[in-house]
Amino acid sequence: MAGVVNHSLYARRRRRNFITMGLAFGATAFGLSWLVLILLVLLWQGFSGLSWAVFTEMTPPPGAAGGLLNPIIGSLIMTALAVVIGTPLGVLAGTYMAEYGRYAKLTVVVRFINDILLSAPSIVVGLFIYEIMVAQMGHFSGWAGAVSLAVIVVPVVVRTTEDMLTLVPDTLREAAASIGLPRSLMITKVAYRAARAGMITGVLLAVARISGETAPLLFTALNNQFWSTDLNAPLASLPVVIFQFALSPYKDWQNLAWTGALIITLAVLVLSITARILAAQRESS
Amino acid sequence: MQSNGRRPVVDVAWQAETMSGAEQLDRARVLRRLRLSDVGFRYLTRAAAIAVLVILGGIILSLILGSWLALKTFGLNFLFANTWNPVTEKFGAIAPIYGTIVTSIIAMLIAVPVGLFIALFLTELCPMWLRRPIGIAIELLAGIPSIIYGIWGLFVFAPFLQQTLQPFLINVFGPVPVLSTLFAGPPYGIGILTAGLILAVMVLPFITSISRDVFEAVPPVLKEAAYGLGCTTWEVARYVVLPFTRVGVIGGIMLGLGRALGETMAVTFVIGNAHRISGSLLAPGTTISATIANEFTEAVGDLYTSALIALGLILFIITFIVLACARLLLLRINARVGG
Repeated sequence: MAGVVNHSLYARRRRRNFITMGLAFGATAFGLSWLVLILLVLLWQGFSGLSWAVFTEMTPPPGAAGGLLNPIIGSLIMTALAVVIGTPLGVLAGTYMAEYGRYAKLTVVVRFINDILLSAPSIVVGLFIYEIMVAQMGHFSGWAGAVSLAVIVVPVVVRTTEDMLTLVPDTLREAAASIGLPRSLMITKVAYRAARAGMITGVLLAVARISGETAPLLFTALNNQFWSTDLNAPLASLPVVIFQFALSPYKDWQNLAWTGALIITLAVLVLSITARILAAQRESS
Repeated sequence: MQSNGRRPVVDVAWQAETMSGAEQLDRARVLRRLRLSDVGFRYLTRAAAIAVLVILGGIILSLILGSWLALKTFGLNFLFANTWNPVTEKFGAIAPIYGTIVTSIIAMLIAVPVGLFIALFLTELCPMWLRRPIGIAIELLAGIPSIIYGIWGLFVFAPFLQQTLQPFLINVFGPVPVLSTLFAGPPYGIGILTAGLILAVMVLPFITSISRDVFEAVPPVLKEAAYGLGCTTWEVARYVVLPFTRVGVIGGIMLGLGRALGETMAVTFVIGNAHRISGSLLAPGTTISATIANEFTEAVGDLYTSALIALGLILFIITFIVLACARLLLLRINARVGG
C-alpha cells in the first residue's frame, strides 16, 4: 500500500517538475520572441523607407517627400553636448566615491541617491529643466535639451566609474604611492588608465541610453520643422520627430517615423553591443 | 605647467641632500604645486559627488515650487478629485494616478512570473554556452528605447490585440459577473490593458537580470545538498533558491516597478489619453507620465502648467519611495553575499 502511495507521489513530483521546467522554457522563448518580433517589424517597416534622401533632406510637410536630416543633426548635437557636460561631472563624482571617499559617509549617501536617479522617470528630468532653464529664459532651446540629457548621463557614468575604479587592484595604487606620486596623479595617471576600458563602456552605455530618450526633450528642446543648429532656439531631435510623425494621420510621416525608429534602434544596439564587447575584453584580459 | 613641472617627480624627491639652493627652491615649488593640485583635485571630485545630491535636491525643489500654485488652489483635493478640465481650470489627479497604478500592476503580474522563470532557466536549465547569448538578448530588450516600444505598440501590437485577445476576453468573460465589467466594452486595441502588456515587456529584462544575478549567488553547496536528497529542479528552485534570494528578488521586482510607474513614451502611444476611471481594462485611460507628455507643451495658463508639474511631483514621490525600497533591499542582499 505504502509503495503505491509513494509511487504516485513520485509521479506527481516528476510531473510538477516537468510542467514548471516547461514553463521556464516557455518564458524564455516568450522573452526572446519579443526581441525578435520588434526587430523584425522595425526592419520590415523601416528598411523600405531607408534611402539617401533620409540623410540628406529636411523633414517634409505632410504629403511631400523628405528626410530626417535636421532631427538627426539635432540629436547628434544634443547627445554630444550632453556627453561633454555630463561625463566629466560623472567621472569626477565616481572618482571621489572610489578613491578619496571610499569609506566616507558621503559616498554611501551619494551612491544611494545616484542609484535612484539612475532609474528615476526621465519625464521628471524634463520638468526640472523646464523649470530651471526654459521658464527662466522664456523660450525652448537646444541647450535645455542638452542639459536635460546630461542629467540622465551623469548617474550612468558615476555608477560605471565607481565600479571600474573599485576593480583596479590596490597594488597598483601602492606602487604609484611608493614612487612618491601624489594621490591626484596616482588617480589620473594610473587608476584611470587601468580602468579606461570600463569607463568608456560606461560612456557608451550612457550614449545608448540618451539617444532614444524622448520624454525629457518634449518640453525642453521642443521640435523644429526647419534646418537649425541654433542652440538658443528649439531644436529638432529624432525621437521627438518620431513621436510627432507616428501620431500624425499622414502616411508619409508615419513611414518616416518607422525609418527614424529603425535608425535609432540600430544605433542603440550597435552602441550597447560595442560596450559589451569592450567589457568582455576587459574580463578576459 | 612651467618647465620644471615637466621634471620627473622622482628626481626631485631623490636628490634632496645634494641639491643647490636654486634646486631646493625648485623642489619646494614643485612639491607645493603637487600638494595644491592634490587638494584641489580632492575638492573637485568631492564637489562633483555633492553635485549628484544637488541634482536630486534641485529636482525636488523645482517640482515643489512649480506645483505650488496648483497645490495651494486645490489642496489635498487635487489628489482625490476626478476632474480634469482645462477650460474651467479644475484639476484632480486621481484618474492619472489610477491609470499609473493599474498599468503597473498588470505589468508586474505578467513580468514577475515570466522574469523569474527566465532567470530559473538561465541558472538551472540552460547549457553553459547559451547562457551568455540569451542573457544578453534579454538585456537588449531593456536597451531598446521606449519610443520604439510606443510606435511598435501603436501600429503592430494594438491592432493585433484588437482582433485577437480583446474580443476573446470580451466573449469569454462576458457572462461572468465581476470579470464582465473588467473586460467590458468594444475592443479599441489601445487602452489600459495594452499599455500594461507593453510595460510588462519593458520591465521584464530588469527583473530577469537581477533575479539571475541573485540566483547565481546562491552557494552551490545548498543546491547540491537538496539535489542529494532527491529534490527535483523545481523543488530546489522553490524551496532552496527562492527562499535564499527572497530579499534580492523583491528588490529586483521593486526596481522593475519603479521603471513601470515612470515609463512615459510607450504608454503615451497606446493608452488612449482619456481622463476617466473606467472599470474596464479595455477602455482608454491615462497615466501621470502620459498626461504630462501629451499636455505640457499645449498647456495654457499658469494653473494648468502648475497642475501638470504637481502630477510630476506625485510621480516622483511614488517612484522615489519604490526605488528607495528596492535599493535598500538590494543593499541588504549585497551585504550578505559580500560579507
